Amino acid sequence: MAKMNLLQAINSALDLAMAKHDNVYSFGEDTGGFGGVFRATSGLTEKYGKHRNFNTPLVEQGIIGFANGLASQGSYAIAEIQFGDYIFPAFDQIVNETAKFRYRSGNEFNVGGLTIRTPYGGGIAGGHYHSQSPEAYFAHTPGIKIVTPRNPYEAKGLLLSAIFDKNPVLFMEPKRLYRASTGEVPEEEYTIPLGKAEVVKEGNDITVLGWGAQMEMTEKAVEQAEKDGVSCEVIDLRTISPWDVETVTQSVLKTGRLVISQEAPITGGFASEIAATVQDKCFLYLESPIARVSGIDVPYPLCHEKEYMADHLKIYEAIKRSMNY
Amino acid sequence: MAKDKKHNTEIVTKPKWFDKDSVTIPMLQILKEDGSFHKDADMPEYDKELIVKIHDTMQFIRILDERMIAAQRQGRISFYLASRGEEAESVASAAALDAGDMIMGQYREQGALAYRGFTVEQFMNQLFSNEKDLGKGRQMPVHYGCADLNFMTISSPLGTQIPQATGYAFGQKMDKTGKCTICYFGEGAASEGDFHAALNMASVYKVPVIFFCRNNGYAISTPAEGEQYAGDGIAPRGIGYGMKTIRIDGNDVFAVLKATQEARRLAVEEDEPVLIEAMSYRMSGHSTSDDPTGYRTRDEESEWQAKDPLDRLQKWMMNEGWLDKDHVEEHHAEVKAKVLAALKESEKVPVPHIDELINDVYDQPTELLKEQLEELKEHIRKYPDAYSKTSGRMD
Repeated sequence: MAKMNLLQAINSALDLAMAKHDNVYSFGEDTGGFGGVFRATSGLTEKYGKHRNFNTPLVEQGIIGFANGLASQGSYAIAEIQFGDYIFPAFDQIVNETAKFRYRSGNEFNVGGLTIRTPYGGGIAGGHYHSQSPEAYFAHTPGIKIVTPRNPYEAKGLLLSAIFDKNPVLFMEPKRLYRASTGEVPEEEYTIPLGKAEVVKEGNDITVLGWGAQMEMTEKAVEQAEKDGVSCEVIDLRTISPWDVETVTQSVLKTGRLVISQEAPITGGFASEIAATVQDKCFLYLESPIARVSGIDVPYPLCHEKEYMADHLKIYEAIKRSMNY
Repeated sequence: MAKDKKHNTEIVTKPKWFDKDSVTIPMLQILKEDGSFHKDADMPEYDKELIVKIHDTMQFIRILDERMIAAQRQGRISFYLASRGEEAESVASAAALDAGDMIMGQYREQGALAYRGFTVEQFMNQLFSNEKDLGKGRQMPVHYGCADLNFMTISSPLGTQIPQATGYAFGQKMDKTGKCTICYFGEGAASEGDFHAALNMASVYKVPVIFFCRNNGYAISTPAEGEQYAGDGIAPRGIGYGMKTIRIDGNDVFAVLKATQEARRLAVEEDEPVLIEAMSYRMSGHSTSDDPTGYRTRDEESEWQAKDPLDRLQKWMMNEGWLDKDHVEEHHAEVKAKVLAALKESEKVPVPHIDELINDVYDQPTELLKEQLEELKEHIRKYPDAYSKTSGRMD
């Protein structure tokens, strides 16, 4: 075990994956010798050469188009999009190519070796274009998995699973926690299964669900609620698509209450999808309406960032409202 | 010589290959690095008043950049992005335009905005995201915009403004405005798909647009040569799209002025889109979040320091008797005092009222947004200390 921050855990996963197979490649804007603007890929060029870890020209649609081709040829392509906010020029390549490669060819071809890494989320004074959480756009597209870790241990295990999963994966990294989140992480290879949520803490009165950077907010809110005597069950979804319906519904059948928090705006967010499924599966067991705590429906604002965020106080209030319903 | 009738293409019977040496594009330079003119150079139109205004604007921007980098280091603003070494490009090109021409920048063209008359107070209000900011505090520092000065608000995603410039110029042409659009971007952004779409459409529609590429050698850490492109820079791409193209020394005020004056005439009088590739060097880091020591050498930086556009212009002006040391020093002190005073003042101005949060998403806030705002305000009232920037004035 070693103490690592979230970036170091990601770097360690990339390092191990590249050591394991010669046909694992890592690339993106500034990700070569410089190691990326967040340094997630630092040291990889020195270790594996500039043909294994390299800079791309500044063209996101090209990065993912290239990555689709490389993965379809049988290699492992790990493509970095510098910020989730800049993924949209590649939207066509992801939605129409990555996600449909296997299906449209009748499994003649696939891009299962593709992993797209991208930092996402706010709370870093990043304004409109360094703060967004675009998971819902991609969750609407069958054929691609979406994964996000909450801490260094999870980041390494989930990323290694994503890289070697037989399907393309969008791996969203909570950049607010890149250096802020630290913990003990095994130095060797290990994996955490995709599509499986984790019950982080068991409880009986209410289920509180989140993913990625929201887990930090959720845990703070739950701490406060527990002081009021509310027993909370905390779940980290980990994989947004395909999501673990079973773990979530089993929990809600037990507690009868659900609060979901997400960073993105409320309308059309993934929390809405979860709420729809849970009311379908747990209707007669619900003690209160399912609550969504999220951003409001405005572009991510700079000067009102604090007000905008789905912070621990808003989650705490939602827990109270649900308990007092 | 045989010709293919439909395409008017010469027919050859042996393979004839073309490569990057088939077309070599020279660089226009008028003012040499030593501060004297090339003897036979074609000169731009200029007079003392114009050159002094260009100089003072360049000096202003350099001081503003220095002070704001310091302010960022002190934690007073969250982010800054300097244009040191590239002031001639944005300032002298803006000086070649009409005030009614549209400017679409990338994010390193504060010089063009200052030339248009954006005040030091306006710069500060944006940088501090306060309630006087024209952008209402919603974007990161340096994302300026001003409709009165025909300067389109900056957006962070790279290259998105390039096809927009084609569209804007098309409208200018159709409305017979006699105006054009200048669009700035870096050599890195020229890799984006948007760049290619923009140039092709501008050539096809013949619109009055000037594509001004600031080739400053780096896209954050990625060097232009060999990693951003393998060809002869950006200029040959213009020819590929059938566009008038020129390469210039971006650190030479007179070359920038000359090329942009001619480009504007071509754009406005002949509806010819133009590509200008200005060769320069990003003397500062990409932004305050960047540290260039990780990817380039001091030697390389000092090589370019010797080509500094402001030093070069000052040398010439002093020889000409258009500038003396006293003016430089007095102007420096005056600008610095103004910048510091505006900085202190802007820092005190509060952030926009919380009600501004939902304005401008649409022309009118939707009912749903109004509800969301009310819920948010109720929450802030419950926890005023947690949201101290807005809780003090909720009504």
